[in-house]
This record gives sequence, structure tokens and C-alpha cells, in this order.
Amino acid sequence: MSQYILIQSKSAWASGGVADFYAMAHQLAAAGHEVTLFLVQNGVLSARAGARDLHLSEIAGPRLRVLADDFSLRERAIDAERLAPGIAAAAIGVVVDLLAAGARSIWN
Amino acid sequence: MAKITLGIMDPPYESANTTTAFRLIDCALRKGHEVFVFCYEGATALGYSGQKKHANAVHGSSLEEEDHPNPKEWIAALFRLAGQRGVKLTWCNCGLCVDERGVENQVEGACRGSPVSAWNNFEDASGALLIGTN
Repeated sequence: MSQYILIQSKSAWASGGVADFYAMAHQLAAAGHEVTLFLVQNGVLSARAGARDLHLSEIAGPRLRVLADDFSLRERAIDAERLAPGIAAAAIGVVVDLLAAGARSIWN
Repeated sequence: MAKITLGIMDPPYESANTTTAFRLIDCALRKGHEVFVFCYEGATALGYSGQKKHANAVHGSSLEEEDHPNPKEWIAALFRLAGQRGVKLTWCNCGLCVDERGVENQVEGACRGSPVSAWNNFEDASGALLIGTN
């Protein structure tokens, strides 16, 4: 099984492709891979508690971590303590650590 | 320590992707990793040495007050950081893309390559990320 780092930079309301990207993350995890979905830039808008997004919290699970970039959250005045269930704030170093460990990456 | 290869394509002043790319490079260098950056298409203008700061008449600020940031200075800062940390940073521009845009005068340390350089460095990196344009 492989490690994947999937980086979502767009908000779910900007592109229909975002939902497909979430689905791919979910499917990779369901196939047994270790997946980190890292939300960055406008991608973190979906991490807000109460955001009417495409079930981001529901896809998070033991094999699929959903993280929101702390810098992008601060830029948008989103309180890291008030994210949707299953989503945690994280530093961008998480991405670097995964790349250094050989994770496969996809940016959207 | 690992080697991380990053491919970037966005031109300066246009996308938050550039900020994120610079943050990733900075973080990787601080963690002691070797970093290879391949600039393709518009990203080759990031290191163009002809970039100039400007005043902002709308804000009513002078050149000094505006302190407009230019990416060539960020690249220079990354080279300084790499030097301080004793890690290798390669900033490689696609030569054809440079010629198309007339941005051959680059910040000190940037080099010229081709998609072959990108291929080789994506292949032998511990991890690689391509940040494409949207």
C-alpha cells in the first residue's frame, strides 16, 4: 500500500472538479492506501464548521486524514478551533514530511 | 535527508499557488532537505532580475512605503537560507520558456535547463510535487 498526499487549493464552490478530487481521496483510502487530503488556499473554506460542502467530514477516517493549512486559515480569519468534525489544522510541514517520505502527490 | 523536487508553472503576481510553492520550498530547506525547483512556462519570470518595486497612487504610498515585494527577492532569500543551512537548492528554468518571454536575466543562482532536467529530477527525488496552472 502507498502513501498519498492530495492537495486541494480550490474551494468546493469554485469548481465541480473538487468533488471528484474528494472522491478520489476517498477511493484511494478505501483501496487501502494511506491518504492525506491537505486543504490549502481557498481549499480551506470547505473546512469551516457549518460549511455546506460535499461531506468532507464524512470522508475523513482512519486511512484518510483531512488537514487544513494553518496559514491559509489565518489569512481567511477562520478559527482553527472551529473546523468541521474530522478536520484538523496543520502546518505545511506535513506536506514536506510526506514528500520526503516518498508519498505520491497530486495537486488540484 | 531527502531530495524534494517541485514543479511550478504560474507566473509572478497572479496566483496564490506561488506563495504556497515558496512556503513549501522554505519549509523543506529549513528541515534540511535538498530542493530542486523546475520553473516551466510563466514561472520562469519569477526570477527575472528586471522586476521593479513601485509606488501605489491608489493607496497614496511612496515606493518605500509600498515596499512592493518581488519574487526575485524571495528566490534570493531562499538561496541565502539554503547557504545558511548548508543544503542544496537548485532553481532551474526551462530555457525555451525563458527565451519565449525574454526573461534571460535572472537572479543569481538560477540556472537554465529543459524538460529533461525536470524528468531526471522528478525521477530521482524522494518526493515530488507538480503545481500546475489552473
